[in-house]
Amino acid sequence: MKEQLNEIRQKAISRLENSDTLAALEELRLQFLGKKGEVTALLKQMGKLSPEERPVMGQLANQVRADIEGMLAERKQELEAHALDAKLKAEALDVTIPGDEMTFGHQHPMNQVLQEIKDIFTGMGYQIVDGPEVELAEYNFTRLNIEEGHPSRDRSDTFYFTDDDSLLLRTQTSPMQVRVMENTKPPICILAPGRVYRKDEADATHSPMFHQIEGLVVDEGITMGDLKGALVTLMKRIYGEQAVMRFRPHHFPFTEPSCEMDMQCHKCHGTGEVDGQVCSTCHGEGWIELLGAGMVHPKVLEGCGIDPKRYSGFAFGMGLERMAMGRMKINDLRLIFDNDIRFLNQF
Amino acid sequence: MKLNRKWINEEFVDLSNVSDKDFVETLTVFGQKVETYERLDSEMKNVVVGKVLSMTRHENSDHMWVCQVDVGKDEPVQIVTGAQNVHEGDLVPAALHNSYLPGGVHITKGKLRGVASNGMLCSLKELGLTLGDFPYAIEDGIWILQEDCKPGDDINTVIGNDDTVVDFEITNNRPDCYSIIGLAREAAAAFGQEMRHHEPVVHGSNAGTIFDKLDVETEATDLCSRYTARMVANVKIGPSPKWLRQRLRANGIRSINNIVDITNYVMLEYGQPMHAFDYRYVQSGKIIVRRSAEGETLTTLDGSVRPLKPGMLVIADEEKPIGLAGIMGGKNSEILPTTTQVVFESANFDGTSIRQTALALGMRTEASGKFEKHLDPMVTLPAVQRACELVELLQCGDVLDGVIDILNDIPEEKVIPLEPEAINALLGTNIPEADMVEYLRRLEVPVVNGMIHVPSWRPDLNLMADIAEEVGRSYGYNEIPTTAFKTSTQGGYSPFMEFENKTGVLCRGLGFSEIITYSFVSPSIFNQIRLPKDSPLRNALKIQNPLGEDTSIMRTIALPSMLDILSRNYAYHNKAVKLYELAKIYLPQEGQPLPREPKMLVLGSYGAHETFFRLKGEVEAIFSALNLPKAEYEAESNHPAFHPGRCAKVSMGGKVLGYLGQIHPLVAKNYGIDGEIYCAELDLTDAFALRLPDPTYHPLPKYPGVSRDLAIVCDENITVAQAEAVISAAGGKLLRSVKLFDVYRGIGVPEHKKSLAFSMELRADDRTLTDADSEGTVAKILAALAEKLNATLR
Repeated sequence: MKEQLNEIRQKAISRLENSDTLAALEELRLQFLGKKGEVTALLKQMGKLSPEERPVMGQLANQVRADIEGMLAERKQELEAHALDAKLKAEALDVTIPGDEMTFGHQHPMNQVLQEIKDIFTGMGYQIVDGPEVELAEYNFTRLNIEEGHPSRDRSDTFYFTDDDSLLLRTQTSPMQVRVMENTKPPICILAPGRVYRKDEADATHSPMFHQIEGLVVDEGITMGDLKGALVTLMKRIYGEQAVMRFRPHHFPFTEPSCEMDMQCHKCHGTGEVDGQVCSTCHGEGWIELLGAGMVHPKVLEGCGIDPKRYSGFAFGMGLERMAMGRMKINDLRLIFDNDIRFLNQF
Repeated sequence: MKLNRKWINEEFVDLSNVSDKDFVETLTVFGQKVETYERLDSEMKNVVVGKVLSMTRHENSDHMWVCQVDVGKDEPVQIVTGAQNVHEGDLVPAALHNSYLPGGVHITKGKLRGVASNGMLCSLKELGLTLGDFPYAIEDGIWILQEDCKPGDDINTVIGNDDTVVDFEITNNRPDCYSIIGLAREAAAAFGQEMRHHEPVVHGSNAGTIFDKLDVETEATDLCSRYTARMVANVKIGPSPKWLRQRLRANGIRSINNIVDITNYVMLEYGQPMHAFDYRYVQSGKIIVRRSAEGETLTTLDGSVRPLKPGMLVIADEEKPIGLAGIMGGKNSEILPTTTQVVFESANFDGTSIRQTALALGMRTEASGKFEKHLDPMVTLPAVQRACELVELLQCGDVLDGVIDILNDIPEEKVIPLEPEAINALLGTNIPEADMVEYLRRLEVPVVNGMIHVPSWRPDLNLMADIAEEVGRSYGYNEIPTTAFKTSTQGGYSPFMEFENKTGVLCRGLGFSEIITYSFVSPSIFNQIRLPKDSPLRNALKIQNPLGEDTSIMRTIALPSMLDILSRNYAYHNKAVKLYELAKIYLPQEGQPLPREPKMLVLGSYGAHETFFRLKGEVEAIFSALNLPKAEYEAESNHPAFHPGRCAKVSMGGKVLGYLGQIHPLVAKNYGIDGEIYCAELDLTDAFALRLPDPTYHPLPKYPGVSRDLAIVCDENITVAQAEAVISAAGGKLLRSVKLFDVYRGIGVPEHKKSLAFSMELRADDRTLTDADSEGTVAKILAALAEKLNATLR
């Protein structure tokens, strides 16, 4: 019997080595360990053994059974591992195939720049405000100290809705200064971006509709130094710490003193020349005009019920298109309003 | 305003040691911005004075000459010319090998019919000159120089091109700077130098007095604040001297004759436009400054017949207009070679009137351009004196005694206090009072005992702030310390702007790209989107003076702008396009001066994946993320722009927000699109007002829910919304959600019927549902569906 058991074990080992599938393994298990299996059959014969032999043989038989079970389990694991390997191998992908197309829309480049500017200003304490585009001449001109007969009021420059020239498309965002000041007590610190309209035929650098950003700060003790500080900070945030700015006197009817701010040309560094040629970015001027600004004219303050003896303020206005075009190197203003998706999706 | 540097160096303040670049930069930061500047000799290079030593006939030509020309070098050069007016010994301009002429013409050596020519002899025209510049020359032929020069001299020096012309952008508040004197004053102040002044001196003659000959009446006193006139007799019309011609030319003015040149010269120097009339044609010796009458015309100096509108300011004699005041003289009183008596007019006309007349007649001139800046009436007298002084200097006539000078409206001298503390407070500086006084003195604005006596040419100085600008720019804007103010204000966006910003983010998240379109549109858009004639949307604000029909009304609907851009992209062959715009529309309001300007969310798309339900899903997703209440969607078959069977009216809280759906094929065709386009236009301003309070936490379910699917068969005309409403009402508290997952027509469903399959979730907050609970609810729902919609379980 002992020989028989050892024989079974040997047979199981050799059969196991040739079993390559889980089904073959199961067959093997039934052959040896099933109800009608060889080990089971042998165990049934235990009764015939002497009482002395029985525990010895019983132990041996259980050992053989355990060995076969163990070998089966081991082999099964092995086969399963192989099978998984094979499956994974079969599932392998060409990971260089492009991913499924997931696209976000693009914000219009102009609004991207505007958003950035608004974010900078809100961080500096400015409240963003909006106002009417169809505006009264009263706000667009008169209360900004722009007298009757001023050239900017001409019908060749401004779009009008009424015969008496009282209703128009605002030509600047500056009427927002008046609208805010007549409704708000200082301290005032606002930014008013928006559409403005002038009677210019559309070409590479002109558009009858464009965008301005108006800023206004009114409080006690506001100085021209503060105006400079605010604008320099802004431009360094937009153009980087290395940006060099200069201020020049200028004239606007609603600010006094007035100024314009230029930035040194980043391409030629103010020399006006690149490789012996006239710099194409600043057209040889060495400077790029960025915005107009000034201290709010006392008459404008007064007209809004703000005492110019007590309060002072500064205002500035800049063109968004020029800034966006400069930033994104867009060379034709018409592209901005053409809205070709191939253009929009570049930004 | 152009300025040639040599003029101010020679006459007013010598800045010849300042480089062009320094000059330009210093004046720019001082407040006189330079637009451009140009060396006059930059266009012409390597053109010299040549002396023709000998001339021989060209061997292969019967009209060409081969010249040996001394150009100041050891050897003469050989130049072939076709001109016939050259003689041996003549001094001529010679463009040498590798020279440049105006207009970028490059001259190199070559052969003319086989004979070497090492350059070119030049005519006036080839050097960019006219007979006005050098009247002794001839038009067709080489310029035979009668100038003080020698072979080898640079022709630029001979012409007077050794000069720089600086073009200034003059701001509206500084009419005084439209003159050489005004700019010289600024330049002197900017460089801290003293300016030389010249008081015109007129010696007079024995030719009589003006009062015996001329009478001036200013009828339109409101448009003519001052009229000053002098007369010259025994006029000898002829060319002006070279120095005068050169100064005119450098400033872009053509020399005509001595009298006309004098008026132009004085206009440049003093900024005061002048006019010279031929006295012969001033009928009865009477000049009347008046408004034009109905039906009058005037032939101006340029030969055009100008029909005058009543009210335009004219200079007339007793019978007719002889000049368009401040713009251009009349042909009928023009200075001619035969002129012997001249009236010099130096007047101050109303700027606005001049500008409007010039605009109406389409003839902006140098003079009108100056008048429209509102000139200083105090300059008329010195200007006319200067003109008479020049007449005497040029010896071209005898100045009559007396000046006619009519003063209608002369402003009083302004005296304002110098307020050093207020100025420093405004600028943020600490400039001593003495420095301020000195800055003002340099600008020729005297301060006496703390009071500023504003000169007549500075109408812009009225208030402390105006003086602060003068002090600030003299001190240097760039020297003012940069400071940071402290503000107690809170920065940020208005809630609506936040809402808008978020809407944009959501649209982009769904793949829509942003567009920006014009607010003004063509009135034809209404027809393009098939809007009925009586639609209230056709009541749009109309621009009275639009650039063109295409941009003549303010849009009352933003959809056409989107269609326009979709159309353009379609034309560009862009295959799949998804766009959005946050667009203002402009709705006139009864009884209000200003229109309402609400903001619309406009979505537009075309491409393989676009469907009605995709767009609707996108709108629903955006609304949900914006924390808006549930919108209702109703079939809308009457919107002219949309497909009658694929359009939903979108309402929220009882308010119609707008429409979404497929664009009507006829409208698509109007926009050149042959395919399905999907669009939505929804009122964001209204939606904003309806937004829900910020969400608060709802406890998560403690007990599991049960999901039940229900397929019903109902009539074709029953909508999903109707079925959902019945299910929701009947489902009661236990029904937590109901969602359509299938619509089926075909085998197993009778004709004219459809099957709708809903998935429902049932749940209680306080217990696990029993089968009986859910069976009961489903039974109630089915009963309601049967009763209300005649629907049966499939």
